[in-house]
Amino acid sequence: MASGTRTKLLVLGALPLVLLLVPLLFPSPFHLRVAALVWINAVAALGLALLMGLAGQVSLGHAGFMGIGAYATALGPKHLGLDPLASMGLGLLAAGVLAFLVGRPILRLKGHYLAVATLGLGILVHLVLVSEVPVTGGPDGIQVPRLELLGWRVAGPATWYWITGIVLLLAAWLALNLEDSSTGRALRALHDSEVAASVVGVDVARHKLVVFVMAAVYAALAGGLFALFNRFVTPEVAGFLRSIELVTMVVIGGMGSIPGAVVGAALLTVLPQALTLFHEYEHAVLGLLIILFMVFLRQGIVPGIAGLLTRRRAA
Amino acid sequence: MSLLEARDISIAFGGLRALDSVGFAVDPGEVLAIIGPNGAGKTTLFNIVTGLYRAQAGEVRLDGREVTGLPPHALAARGLARTFQNLQIFFRMSALENVMVGRHLKERRRLWAELLGLPSVLRENRESRERARDLLAFVGLAERAEEAAAALPYGALKRLEIARALACEPKVLMLDEPAAGCNPVETEEIDRLIVAIARRGVAVVLVEHDMKLVMRISDRVLVLDQGRVLAEGTPQQVRSDPRVIEAYLGRRGLETAHAA
Repeated sequence: MASGTRTKLLVLGALPLVLLLVPLLFPSPFHLRVAALVWINAVAALGLALLMGLAGQVSLGHAGFMGIGAYATALGPKHLGLDPLASMGLGLLAAGVLAFLVGRPILRLKGHYLAVATLGLGILVHLVLVSEVPVTGGPDGIQVPRLELLGWRVAGPATWYWITGIVLLLAAWLALNLEDSSTGRALRALHDSEVAASVVGVDVARHKLVVFVMAAVYAALAGGLFALFNRFVTPEVAGFLRSIELVTMVVIGGMGSIPGAVVGAALLTVLPQALTLFHEYEHAVLGLLIILFMVFLRQGIVPGIAGLLTRRRAA
Repeated sequence: MSLLEARDISIAFGGLRALDSVGFAVDPGEVLAIIGPNGAGKTTLFNIVTGLYRAQAGEVRLDGREVTGLPPHALAARGLARTFQNLQIFFRMSALENVMVGRHLKERRRLWAELLGLPSVLRENRESRERARDLLAFVGLAERAEEAAAALPYGALKRLEIARALACEPKVLMLDEPAAGCNPVETEEIDRLIVAIARRGVAVVLVEHDMKLVMRISDRVLVLDQGRVLAEGTPQQVRSDPRVIEAYLGRRGLETAHAA
């Protein structure tokens, strides 16, 4: 779309700017750690935004793929003696293959049925991580070895801030390119009408599968980054609440919007930290804020604000 | 041999025989209208030929090859395009993008190139956009290309669907009630459009209730009644056929047809 190229330029201009500004405004290690978490979550939310926003398919088990990426990165070095980065690569592959195998049958389902099927998938992954204690370390979690690249020990919040930020930038660039391509148009088309998409030649099942696999790989990438950054993972990374959080990020940022996924991820990662001053009311305030956002910016933050701006300009 | 041929198509829903050994054939550049009272099986026949339903008996041949039971996207690849009685528009996209989706099969999709936004992909986007603009101009929607499809009026959406179907560069175009819900002016525009499409050598099959439109633009008319073929022939032959008059047109319908 014509506005698609504009969004692309805007995001690819604004995101590096934000990446540069954050360390200048918030240089403390704590803030950089939170920012790195935002970038990591944003990568997972981006994948989900492609699946939900572009193609209109729901996944309530997406943290499962994050868990696969995270645990592959943790377990490869421990059990197979692999390099952590190579293990992470295997994790992406595993998540992609699992999404491909599971996606075929479950993407035939629609709406609530698809939601429940993906929910089951996420719970299954979580269950395996919790119960296979000898392999995964069980509910107590597992240590992740430090990443070393050609003798360089990758450590420190600032380093991870830049690594995760650049990965996010690349992930957003790929997603924006996809949106404005033949495959992207086909995905948006089947979101609105599968039957109309199919009669103009779109292989609906194949396209849904492609975007499901992509979303899974994005989530696994986020999981792997998280494991390397945090140096410790527990099964909670694949938990149901994490899946819901990811969906909330996409919805609150704006379903069809790639910048929206980043904004949603930022909000849901930063807010709980900022709200700690409310002590035990933290979760209540977070919930309230989410409700308010949904009431006043129903299409999500980014499309909602963009709509307000264009209306003001027109007036 | 005809371009599109349906033979002995039968289907039953529950105990009800919706179609009983129905067939038709259409050649390039020809306009075939399928008419009949409500429940005659017109849309069911359409849905079987375009791969949305599966017939229990019979076969469909397209361009000399049997295509019975192929899914819609495979039929589209062989040159069959259609529109819908109840609009099936991509409402989240602009009018232009709706038509660009119709170019799906003409675009080479290599996921890696698309993800990397390679120049070949950008070039292809540009080509599709230009082609879609031409088609929007052809159906008279050139000025509304950038508008959200959701903002277009009903009559424009009917034409948008035709432009999208044409973007597939079909050999056969199947139009399910292209003028339904349109006012006389819009109907006339669609009428002109169909004639222009047929003149380009596309075989057009349409289901239509508007008798004037059918009588004016069809080369042949197929009359269905209760899932069977009641009559077939030129518009003149059909409207003077006593069985058709009795079953479908009735006295008043006959007068309207003559008035056209």
